[in-house]
Amino acid sequence: MSKGTLLRRQSPLASLPEQVGILDRTSFIPPFEKTLRQFGQSPLHGGEVEIFQINVGKQCNQLCAHCHVDAGPDRTEIMSRETMAGCIRALASTNIPKVDITGGAPELNPHFRWIVGEIRALGRHVTDRCNLTVLAVKGQEDLPAFLAAHQVELLCSLPYYQERETDRQRGLGVFQRSIDVLKYLNRLGYGIAGSELALNLVCNPVGAFLPACQKVLEEDFKRNLHRKFGIQFNHLYCITNMPISRFLEFLLESGNYERYMERLVQAFNPTTISGLMCRNMISIGWDGRLFDCDFNQMLGLEVSFSAPCHISDFDVARLSHRRIVTGRHCYGCTAGAGSSCSGATT
Amino acid sequence: MEHYYHREDLGKFAEIGKESPELWRKFSAWYSAVFSEGALTEREKALIALAVAHTVQCPYCIDAYSHACLEKGSNLEQMTEALHVAAAIRGGASLVHGVQMRNLVGKIEMP
Repeated sequence: MSKGTLLRRQSPLASLPEQVGILDRTSFIPPFEKTLRQFGQSPLHGGEVEIFQINVGKQCNQLCAHCHVDAGPDRTEIMSRETMAGCIRALASTNIPKVDITGGAPELNPHFRWIVGEIRALGRHVTDRCNLTVLAVKGQEDLPAFLAAHQVELLCSLPYYQERETDRQRGLGVFQRSIDVLKYLNRLGYGIAGSELALNLVCNPVGAFLPACQKVLEEDFKRNLHRKFGIQFNHLYCITNMPISRFLEFLLESGNYERYMERLVQAFNPTTISGLMCRNMISIGWDGRLFDCDFNQMLGLEVSFSAPCHISDFDVARLSHRRIVTGRHCYGCTAGAGSSCSGATT
Repeated sequence: MEHYYHREDLGKFAEIGKESPELWRKFSAWYSAVFSEGALTEREKALIALAVAHTVQCPYCIDAYSHACLEKGSNLEQMTEALHVAAAIRGGASLVHGVQMRNLVGKIEMP
């Protein structure tokens, strides 16, 4: 169980250069670019930008033990309305079809509803990365209906179909509250066959191991959640835990760091390279800075190699086909079946 | 402190093949085929392996198949049940040999 944010505890790992330094000094595994080179894929370049991911802040009502954002109730970094307006201007100048809103708990940003409305007015698809319990927070009672009215796709975190595992990762009582919210979302039409309201679940392993086969686990989740609680959902996406922030702290403190990093490298799968999420997305930080993915964002690794690095300078032509900034954490996206914000990539 | 078992030795398993590479190659291919999906799923095979690992009390195998079971989506409850199956067979095997004991005693004792 997490003891609070790294920042609040004044952990050395609250420093991004400290985290990057640990990864850089992990010399028992090869640099990611060296491995890519063996497969003729270095340097790594993106393609067209198809996903516009906005991280609207680090504030969250939960303190999940694996959080790569180091999000929590004490975090005050949230995207301003002005920066959001910059995002909307940038988005409007493009034909990017999908917008992915993440956090923290993005719904806690006071301008969340405004930006959802603006994106939908541009006719773009919106996905909300939701921790489920935020929808039951006082003052958010009307949020599920708002999301449904705006046809927002929900990507909801649930690491396992049982209480034990879920509460170990996400906090005591989170499983039961998540189940209650899922039942409510089903009543609104989310996740029901034939409905246009998409309800997808996201699971991260509850520990230092790789995700199970996404297809097999989806069947387990569907069978168990329906049998025990009558819950329905559309798809399950499995995401590998990244050696960043609180999961990095867990790996180091539990003595699992070396073995986990070796496991990621041992499971390197070259067929995942073509589907890496950094190759078709741009990630925007709460302060408007641009990154190749949310993981690079949390390590402070901005887009580089002459690409514009702030939303105020957004230029989709210059961001398309840009060179990607990589590090040893990238092995998390190439292990096993691959991992992305949309789950397995192979 | 000196131990006969070291966790890092698991990673050196392939060194066994150095003196007899052909046998190692055959063993590796067979081992890989055994654990591939067949009439049983990979998850079921990992649970069987975990149970057998405890029966033969191999710390390397327990380590490898505890990880494997989790990576196949099993949970601790399922893994513990698999162990009980192994333990029940071990315990039952001891007890069923009691029939031999009874047969011997029946033969030795005066009627």
